[in-house]
Amino acid sequence: MTDEIRLVLKAHARLRVDVDELSEDADLFQAGMTSHASINVMLALENAFDVEFPDRLLSRSVFTSIGSIRAALDAIAVEDVA
Amino acid sequence: MGIRVGMDLASVADIADAFAMHGDRYLRRVFTDREVGECRDAAGSIDPERLAARFAAKEAVLKALAAPPEFGLALTCIEVTTGRWGAPELSLGERASELARRAGVGALSVSLTHDGAYAAAVVVAETGAVRT
Repeated sequence: MTDEIRLVLKAHARLRVDVDELSEDADLFQAGMTSHASINVMLALENAFDVEFPDRLLSRSVFTSIGSIRAALDAIAVEDVA
Repeated sequence: MGIRVGMDLASVADIADAFAMHGDRYLRRVFTDREVGECRDAAGSIDPERLAARFAAKEAVLKALAAPPEFGLALTCIEVTTGRWGAPELSLGERASELARRAGVGALSVSLTHDGAYAAAVVVAETGAVRT
């Protein structure tokens, strides 16, 4: 899952650094992602993983790092199964 | 009474690119139907400058309300429309109103501008009053 997240970030986050250089907890906003770019990331993640982010997960903290994105996708997957 | 100020600058090209890439899904997740309607020209085409100004206003509201990073909120919960005499007006949905209440914010005022590549918005929030 992390590899797919990195691919989405490469295509949509417009980071100033190479995504592959970032650790899972590196701050994506510090790395140059704007609020608007995070929306592109969210929409692209929805396409890539065939999910829809619920409103409560549309927060800055969810899109702060690769790890937080992965945790949110995991949470959505659990909800979809339940 | 005190005030808080939020401002934001949006790239018109970024908004146009996002619409080109994600289409109606982008519009649906970021803007209300009324906002989209007000951002169409006479021929029915989307005007990215108007969208960018409204996006900047939504971000400016979040800054004025000092939204905590963990506070989840759909941007459609903040609506920017054209009021009487052409002045922009803000309407908050339930979740955004909750954020305003937490911040002790009452009335909100917004000003928009756009010129070529960029659009900007300034939001002034009055504090010390509880929004009902």
